[in-house]
Amino acid sequence: MGRLYSLFKRLTRNDKYALYGYLFILPFFIVMSIFIIYPIFKTFYLSFTDWQGATIPPVWVGLKNYKRLFQDVLEGGIFLQSIKNTWILWICNVIPQFVGALALAVLLTDRSNKIKGKEFFRAIYYLPNLVTMASIAALFSFLLGYPNGAVNDLLIALKLRKEPFYFLQNVWATRLSVSTILTWMWFGYTMIIFMAGIKSIPEELFEAAKVDGANKWQTFKFVTLPQLKSIMTYQVVTSIIGGLSMYDIPQVLTNGTGAPQNKVTTMVMHIYRQGFTNYNLGYASAVAIGLFVHIFIVVLIALKFINRKEA
Amino acid sequence: MSTLAKKKYKSSSSRLGIGDILLYIFLIGLAVICFLPFYFMIINATHNNQAIAQGLNFLPGKYAWANYMKMKERVNIWRGFVNSLIVSGVGTALLAYFGTLTAYGFSKYKFVGNKTLFWVILCSMMIPPQLGVIGFYDVVQKLNLLNNLLALIIPMIASAQFVYFVKLYLDSTLPDSIIESARIDGASEFGIFNKMVLPIASPSIATMGMFNFINSWNQLLIPQIVLRKERLHTVPILVANAKGVYRTDFSAAYMAIALSVVPILIAFALFSKRIIGGVTAGSVKG
Repeated sequence: MGRLYSLFKRLTRNDKYALYGYLFILPFFIVMSIFIIYPIFKTFYLSFTDWQGATIPPVWVGLKNYKRLFQDVLEGGIFLQSIKNTWILWICNVIPQFVGALALAVLLTDRSNKIKGKEFFRAIYYLPNLVTMASIAALFSFLLGYPNGAVNDLLIALKLRKEPFYFLQNVWATRLSVSTILTWMWFGYTMIIFMAGIKSIPEELFEAAKVDGANKWQTFKFVTLPQLKSIMTYQVVTSIIGGLSMYDIPQVLTNGTGAPQNKVTTMVMHIYRQGFTNYNLGYASAVAIGLFVHIFIVVLIALKFINRKEA
Repeated sequence: MSTLAKKKYKSSSSRLGIGDILLYIFLIGLAVICFLPFYFMIINATHNNQAIAQGLNFLPGKYAWANYMKMKERVNIWRGFVNSLIVSGVGTALLAYFGTLTAYGFSKYKFVGNKTLFWVILCSMMIPPQLGVIGFYDVVQKLNLLNNLLALIIPMIASAQFVYFVKLYLDSTLPDSIIESARIDGASEFGIFNKMVLPIASPSIATMGMFNFINSWNQLLIPQIVLRKERLHTVPILVANAKGVYRTDFSAAYMAIALSVVPILIAFALFSKRIIGGVTAGSVKG
């Protein structure tokens, strides 16, 4: 102890401050190690076991879970289905979401139109993003109800349909409902990000385009869009990560069943069901690792694709 | 009409072209779509099942209290609010202190590995939390924290976004010279942090604390895994179960959902400027 103290005394002032630096960041890293980093490695380890949860210790089974995973993919089981579902739900949401958000962002930042209340529109478009996803999904499970949910009532009142339609029993109606809800929830957020991006473009670039006689479309294509590239990249990457780990909306909308016929079961729903309904925690870990690898590869491909376009 | 008024009328109408009017209609229509589901939610929460079954209701009914009593019989939503408030409130408070402490450590102390460790934080932002759920469940079980709100509160400290944002804020607003002069005056390192750094960082703490509070409030998957006892359930779990609990008792279900959403709508009405300002601030740097 005395030795340690004499060592401490010999430290220069800057070294002592450095020790305080370590001390200040320590709590954060302890929590991060225990609750974020360790669980990822532990999940990887558990994917090689047959862990059934609770008190029974996991037994090493080698690649058994991964064999089952590959077999599932080859035979078109629920894991493969959940990958397809997640992609369908994400793509049907992200395309209208990004296109709509970009168009609105350009409209609301364009100084040539005399739109008043831009802040109000911005706020109300963002509102659905703030509300608890579970509440929104539960709400829509009733609004889309059959035979007299509000959506059916509205369609009949507007004479768009004669009979009520059972949305949540039709595969594509349910999928498009999930995607539409997600688009509705996220277009405002994405719009705000794009608006911030457009506002940070130097005004001179727009002036120069004007001097060169560019019309609105040309200005958009040659000034706005290239300048938004880094924000766009960030948005695409976070949207891939968030979209492929989608859970709340389809889970609650279908009451955890992924009905009809598991056509709305996402990858994370599959993990939850295998792990915490069936208590196949070992297999669920393998599915989670599969999902991790999947997201990693997709993000790499997306980044490569975006960066190649630049060159 | 006087000539002056006529002139004014004319000029303003020529300013507002047909394109602008169409644009207004479109923007207002979109605003209606954003709010309509919540409107039907509130309206249906005030009608009985019969009125809901008969068709669309546009005006509020008289059954709000009856629906509330029916809803309360099966789901203790106030208990859920208390649980959610404890988790999000205590978690955000801990994050505000320890997250800022971390940000300050990275911002003002030059120690070996500063850049590398900060890079680790940046990378951890890219990992979706759902991936480690099984391992997370294992850790929580080993620490004996299953069915304990602490299992949701403590991990909130490890918010990479919070640290990233507050560090950038401190980099640009807290000059090194202030810290130096406080040291010369004999202030301790913790004293400097508590008395000077925390107040200076407070705008950024408020912004990021708000988002972490909301994010924690809205969580579903992790609380579902950790809290298996009903008396510990947070609001999102209770609402997620509403369909199974109420089945065809639509009016009670609408009331439960409305109670979970209306506080958020009120909070947004009060703080929308701040919230949207926060979204923008986070994005430009992100």
